[in-house]
Amino acid sequence: MTIWLLIGGMALLTIAIKAAGPVLLGGRELPSWASGVVALMPPVLLAALVVTSVFSDGQRIGVDASVVGVAAGGLLLWRGRPLVLAVIAAAAVTALVRALA
Amino acid sequence: MNEAFRRGVRLGIPYSLAGFLISLSFGALAVQSGFSPLQAIVMSAVVHAGSAQFAGLSIVAAGGGALPGILAGGLMNARFLAMGIALAPSLTAGPVVRGLQGQAIVDPSWALANRGDGTFDRWQLFGSTVPQYVGWFSGTVVGAAAGGVIGDTDRFGLDAIFPTFFLGLLIAELQDPRSRWVAAAGAAIALALVPFTPPGIPILVAAAAAVVGLRR
Repeated sequence: MTIWLLIGGMALLTIAIKAAGPVLLGGRELPSWASGVVALMPPVLLAALVVTSVFSDGQRIGVDASVVGVAAGGLLLWRGRPLVLAVIAAAAVTALVRALA
Repeated sequence: MNEAFRRGVRLGIPYSLAGFLISLSFGALAVQSGFSPLQAIVMSAVVHAGSAQFAGLSIVAAGGGALPGILAGGLMNARFLAMGIALAPSLTAGPVVRGLQGQAIVDPSWALANRGDGTFDRWQLFGSTVPQYVGWFSGTVVGAAAGGVIGDTDRFGLDAIFPTFFLGLLIAELQDPRSRWVAAAGAAIALALVPFTPPGIPILVAAAAAVVGLRR
């Protein structure tokens, strides 16, 4: 039962979060300073997601084998290789480092 | 079907394949943590948000109860609030339709549809979410079905896929010096907050770096 409550509750909350901005603020022009903020939002949110998913586990900061794998994947992306290749390389390198460690 | 929608579908396919692998590990982990395969699949179908699903799963699996799990997932998803506010002016229909259109927000679609001048190509956003939803759903089905056989997904390094996926999106956003500066600031703020706040909050607070970046 706990799991079904989790699923239902999280679904409703996610729907509400995604709907809030469009319902309340949709269809009108933002002031120009606000569109400047909007334009800078993707690099900020994505950078924060990347570092927290690589370097944290809950509230702990740490480093494990996946850091090496993500770095390998990042190098391929930087050199313009396709995303699918980069994620597979990241997983393979991480698995290799773990197997050797 | 219009041209922007088709372009979105095409752009979404690589993210759909990477998402397939992430949701495969979600499905496997969920089944190993006491979810039934049906529960794992329904969760992916109705939530479709990786970081929130992993956060909620880990709390319930640790005996934390439904409400803390829901809140943890909500915090991970709080960034969609910022994304929805950013997207809002680019949606022109009535409020109910706009609310439905907002459901198409997932990180890659939102980032790819961003024109860089504060506006979004909404049809491209809708299009790129379609293959990603299919990939997310089908990956969970495979992971949930094979969960008992796969064993520890960390052994295959699948946990490295999620950050690499977002790194791919990030690199595309770092064209000009100001983006690089605010990205570095956002990363530093988020990491500094990790030990002191529940997961998800550091990402939301980091968004404040965008406001500071504009002042420069």
